[in-house]
Parts: sequence; C-alpha cells; structure tokens
Amino acid sequence: MATIPPVLAIVERCQALFDDLDFNAVKQWKAEVPGRKAIGYMPIYVPRELIHAAGMLPVGIMGGGDQLEVIQGDAYYQSYICRIPRSTIELGLTGRLDCLDGMLFPSICDVIRNLSGMWQILFKDKFVRYVDLPQNYEDAIGGKFYVNELQSLRDELARLRGTPITDAELNASIRVYNDNGRAVRDLYAYRAAKPWQAPTSEVYLVLRAGMVLPPEAHTQLVRDYIAAADALARPRRDNARVVLNGSFCEQPPLGLIKSIEMAGCYIVDDDFMLVTRWLLDEVPADGDPLDELSKAFLHRSASTAAKYDLKREDKGVYLLQQIKTGGAEGVIFAAPSFCDPALLERPMLQDILTRHKVPHTAFKYAENTGQMAPIREQAGTFADSIKLWSAA
Amino acid sequence: MTATAAMPASTKKPQVQKEDAMWLQKELINNNYHELAQARDQGRKVSATFVPGNLNELLMCFDFARSLPETNALQNGMRKKSGKMIMDAERDGQSEDVCTYVKADLGMMLGGEVGPTGEVLPTPDILLLSYTGCFTFMKWFELIRHKYGCETVMLHVPYQGEGRIMPNMRDYVVKQLKDTVIPTLERVSGVKFDIDRLREYMRESAKAEDDLVAVLQSAKHRPSPIDGYFGAVYYIGPIFTAFRGLPGATEYYRLLRLEIEQRIREGKGPVTPDGEMGEEKYRLVVEGPPNWTSFREFWKMFYDEGAVVVASTYAKVGGVYDFGFRHDPDHPLESLAEYCLGCYTNLNLPSRIDMICKYIDEYQADGLLINSIKSCNSFSAGQLLVMREVEKRTGKPAAFIETDLVDPRYFSAANVKNRLESYFQMVKQKRAAAVAAH
Repeated sequence: MATIPPVLAIVERCQALFDDLDFNAVKQWKAEVPGRKAIGYMPIYVPRELIHAAGMLPVGIMGGGDQLEVIQGDAYYQSYICRIPRSTIELGLTGRLDCLDGMLFPSICDVIRNLSGMWQILFKDKFVRYVDLPQNYEDAIGGKFYVNELQSLRDELARLRGTPITDAELNASIRVYNDNGRAVRDLYAYRAAKPWQAPTSEVYLVLRAGMVLPPEAHTQLVRDYIAAADALARPRRDNARVVLNGSFCEQPPLGLIKSIEMAGCYIVDDDFMLVTRWLLDEVPADGDPLDELSKAFLHRSASTAAKYDLKREDKGVYLLQQIKTGGAEGVIFAAPSFCDPALLERPMLQDILTRHKVPHTAFKYAENTGQMAPIREQAGTFADSIKLWSAA
Repeated sequence: MTATAAMPASTKKPQVQKEDAMWLQKELINNNYHELAQARDQGRKVSATFVPGNLNELLMCFDFARSLPETNALQNGMRKKSGKMIMDAERDGQSEDVCTYVKADLGMMLGGEVGPTGEVLPTPDILLLSYTGCFTFMKWFELIRHKYGCETVMLHVPYQGEGRIMPNMRDYVVKQLKDTVIPTLERVSGVKFDIDRLREYMRESAKAEDDLVAVLQSAKHRPSPIDGYFGAVYYIGPIFTAFRGLPGATEYYRLLRLEIEQRIREGKGPVTPDGEMGEEKYRLVVEGPPNWTSFREFWKMFYDEGAVVVASTYAKVGGVYDFGFRHDPDHPLESLAEYCLGCYTNLNLPSRIDMICKYIDEYQADGLLINSIKSCNSFSAGQLLVMREVEKRTGKPAAFIETDLVDPRYFSAANVKNRLESYFQMVKQKRAAAVAAH
C-alpha cells in the first residue's frame, strides 16, 4: 500500500485541525490532564506567554471560515459589518467554544473591541478581557502602561488557576515562544527562498495549526514540515513573487489562497496570523519578563494597520522591508470587506508602492467568499503584467 | 454642533430668549470658521482634533485656531455638500466600505479646503490625535498626514473594557499629556504652557457643563421642553467643539438654560423647525448619531407623530456630564484624562446598556430607538445586542433603523418612515396593553 509523502501527511493533519470547528484538539489537550484551562484570543496580538505561563492553552480564534453556516451570528450584526465577529458569535452560541475558559479581545478595531462587551453579556460565566495595546512607544509612557496591563492580565490568569504566576514560569514561556517564533521565521524564510517547495496554501495550514496546538508541539510541527517539504522535490514555476497584505484579522478562505497561487503567484510574505511573528526577534528570557515583553512590543514588533505609525516616514517601511526580504515583485492587497483598518491603510500603502515603482493590485473578500473566478482572473492578470514588465 | 445650519426660529411663537441663545451659538460657530480662515493672515497656528475627548481648553492655552474635522463633515452634510466630497474621495482611492466622515473630510481637502461657510480653511499645523472611542480616528489623521504632511501628536486613550477607569489608564493619559502632547503643542505653537491659564478655561467649562446638564435633564419633565436628540445637537454644539472653556460658551448655556426653564414654567414642548411641537405622544430614548444629510426630514418624521426624544446617547459623545463629570481646575491634567476616558464611545457595551436603561427609567420613556450608522462601527457594532438587552431589562419596545452620517446614498426616507410609523404603533399597543393589565 502506497504511503503519502511525509509533507502531505503533515499538511493533512493541519487541514484536519483547520477543518475542525469543534476544536477537538483543544478538548483533547484539556482532557489529558484534568483541570487544564484554555484561553481564546482574537487577532492581531496578545502576549500568549502569559497564558502559557499559567499552564493554560492559548487558542487563536480566527473566525468561522467558509465552512460554518452563520445563522445566529447574523442576527447580531448589520450587513455593513465584517464577517469575523458574526462567525465568532456563531461559534460561541453553538457551543463550539465551550471548551474555552476565557476569551481575550486585543485592541485592533471598533468591531472586535465591541465584541468584547458582547462576550461579557452573552457568556457571563467566562473570563473575558479586553487587552489594550499601547500606541505610545516610549518605555516610560506606553511601556509603563503596557507593563501594568500585562501585570493585570497576569493577576487575572493567576486567579483563574488559583496560584500566582512566577517570573520563572514567565521566562520559561518566553523561551518556548522564542523557539516557536524562530521556527515560524525559518518557515517564512524557507518559503521565500523556495516558494514552489512550500506553497502558501500549505504554509498557511501549518501556521494555523499553531492556533490550537500547544506551542511546543507547533514548533516541532513547523520544523517537521520544513524538513519534509525540502525532502520532496516539486516543480518550479515561473510565477510572480508577491506579498499579500491586509489579511491580518478576518482570514481569507483557503480557496482564495489557492486561487492566487493557481493564478501564477508565489506568495512570499503575508500578514496572516501575525501573532505568530509579531515580535520580530527573541525576547530575553533572563530579565524581568513583563519589561522584556513590553520592550519587544514597543521597539521590535511588526507593523500593521491597527498600529500607529509615529511619523509619516514610518508608513510602509515594514511592507517595503517584506518586499525586499522576500524578493517580491508586487503586492496584492487582500482585505476583508468593511475592514476599516485595512481599507483605510491601503491607499497610503498603495501610494508608497507606486512611488517605489512596486506593482500592486487590490481586492476585497469575506471569510466565506465562494466565487474565486474573479480573484483568479485578477491575480492572474497581475502576475502576467509583472512578468511582462520584468521582461521589458 | 450643527449650529450654523440654523434651526429656524419658530414661525408660530418666537421666543426671545431662544433667539438669543441661537444667535449666540451661530455667532460662535461662524466666528470660529472665520477665525480659521483668517488664521494664516493673523499669524496663528491651526490645530485639528476630534470631538470625543477633545482637549479644547488645552489647545486654547497655545492660541491655536481650532478645527474639528467631524464637525466640518457634518456641516457639509447638512448643507448637502458631502455627497460629492465622498465620491471625490472614493475616486481618489478610498473604499466605499469605510467611514464617510473620513471621506467627506478628505473630499473637502481635495476640493481646495473650502469649508462649510464657503471660506477656505487652512491646512492644520498640528493634528492632535485624541484617540478616544474610535479606531478610525487614527487612520483618519494618518491619511491627512500622509497627504498633507501635517505633524501629528498621538494621545492614546485606553478603552474602558472593564467598565471603569483604572488608575493605570488615567496615569497613562496624564503622562502622555505631560511628556508628549504639551511639549509638542509648545513647540508647534511657540507658546509656553501656562497651567493657570488651563485652570481658568476649565473653571469656565465647568460652569457651562452645569447648565448643559440642567438643559438635557429638563427632558424629564412632561411635556419635555426640549428634544434630547435633534434639539440636543444644537445644545451640545459649543461645548463639544471649539468653544468649551470660553466665556461666550458659558453665556450661551446660561441663556439656553433660562430659556428652557421658562419653557418648563409655561408647560411648552420643544421648538421644531416647523414651530412649537404639538401634543407629546411618545417619549423615546435614541442610541446612535443622527443622519445629517436629511436631518430635518428625519426630525420631521418624529414630531409629525408627536414623538419627542427625551434622551440620547449621541448627546454624550463629547462627555457624560449628566453622570457627574466636570472639568476640574484643581486637578487639570487628571481631569482632562478622565474626560477623554469617559466619553460615551469609550464605554464598554454593558456600561452603555446600563446608561440607556437608566435613561428609559428616569426620563419615563416609552422605548428605545436605535439609529444604526453604516459609517460608525464604534457605535454600531453590537447595537442589535444592545437593543435586545434593553428590551429584556426594561420591558419597553425597541426599534432599529439604518442610515448614515453624511452619505446621502444611505438615507432611504421611505424605509425609515415606515419603520418609525410601525414602531409608534407598537408603542401605542404596548401602552394600551399595559393600561388594560392594570
């Protein structure tokens, strides 16, 4: 009996985790040791180290995707509001998130912010917290505020588990996430170097597995995937190398990512699940853990539409760096419909790319977008035009 | 806030005191636009900042001419100018999905910065990004900065996620004021900060705030002498914008209060654009901002049916004074921080629901109407749950309509009217059922 190549077996496992809207992986993790707790979080960033240090499982809730029929969730939202809150409400009201003992809502936009209040009302027996992130990047100002916020979250998680969270536990968790971040950065570097070996439709699933697996297991999974992907030679195509921008919150359907690739694009960088690589380098694990997490956030973190750019000149720097590092030839702006941060950011980034003569195109999606033909056509035309320009 | 749009004087029984207050308000707002237009000639620096959590008293300490982009957008909306501005901004690359205040403002700038009164407004020297209760504010000023190169100073105001102001939040705002905002304003304006000058403005603010609260709470009377939504838009104008802290604003509120107290003594209802309102049949609480492009048409749908709004959350977007907040000259920076942190859209949903339920109870309202605004996720996201919770807690009927702030494409008069008429019928039936039950 023929066995499937290891890389495909890994992808298959990740696909199963991705498809499982009942979060059985979380339930299984909890069942292994009685008393374990799991805490959900929404995009873009929460300090998962604190949850992990409390012995709890951080679970990324990225919406319901295109396989979830949203019935109750739609009754809570007007037509002009994006889809992720309604599918998240659907997940909650249908009991799929009962395995979570709490939810964290980081500051990203008004919709997710207000969802935190809705959660407080709808799920009164759960731990719910809005996580404010500083928009002032000075240690003595935004840093001080953030450290206090971290301390408050630490205290609440400690109350939930019944004992204080020590600095040693926090530093150990920082090490775990440093490992995970290193593995994810390696994965991104590998894909940028050999995108035909590690298509984004696979990389996405591998990354997404990190939303439900413990970080230690996810790190191993990422390492295994890189090794397995490298072991299986795949055909190299003359695709255009692009960066995908704008998908940092509500996720595109997997079919959309595949459509972009099938249309002739190699996605060499993106902003999916930025929580996995929000901190750009390793956090020192031998100092004051909250101070170190704060410094990493303030001075060495990714840039996205929900984060203030201190100066006009800062706008687009991160994207230009992604283009340079990934050797990209163009940018596809793919933002969810009604996503104020992404859609308001887009004209500024487009302007900067135009000035730097970087080709770009843009479209909107929803997590349940079903019609891929227009996207395939647009991405295909974009890839063709890049190839024509680069040949000229 | 809408001031110059000029609520017409009553055609039936003009009230002298009313005309005095309105005249003062018009003069204040027109003068401000004129001051802005003349600022460059007079060597004055220009600031722009947002209404919720605006630091007007602080900006005045540096002699800035003061612009408020939302106010410009709504003024342009009331003058039927915003539709073209929005489409101009969309042609310039803005998405059809995003906030129309932003697009109206960007469209106005693209059109040569001709302000609502026809005078050309200057490009601001400083954008004070009072980041209170609305994430879009950040992108809005980043867009203006990107296009026009204006310097921006951020004042990040944490959200009341737990329904209260924690010391860490207040300290953070104060620290930003001391170490970032004030030094930047000093540098841009060339004026040294004088805390006693700030105290003086705040003393003046508190007086006006007392009178505003008396005016808004007058709606507890039957009949209500004011409309706490459509009418309140005029009442909150000076205090939510560039005038709080000025003696002229204090005088406006003193006169307004006297006029309203007179109306209570005379047992009168609100003055509407068509004159004195007739019999008060329905008392409502409204959640959400008004539509500006069809403001009068919208209002008429209420007063034609004898519906008066006795309280609205929109009238708290620039400060929840009726819940006790006052600018405190003895603790100026801490008080400014509390002000920013306490604005309505910076409250979490449970707090907002508490507020609405309290209004329904204290103002003896028949129910809640939500005007859900396409542009404003800060208000709109979660409103359907707010509606259910308020109905559940108060037993009063609630209704939901959808419009927009300044995009005329999103105001469907027939739909709104139908919904309102059905709602009034529902209120009537509920009332009859309640009477029958007793």
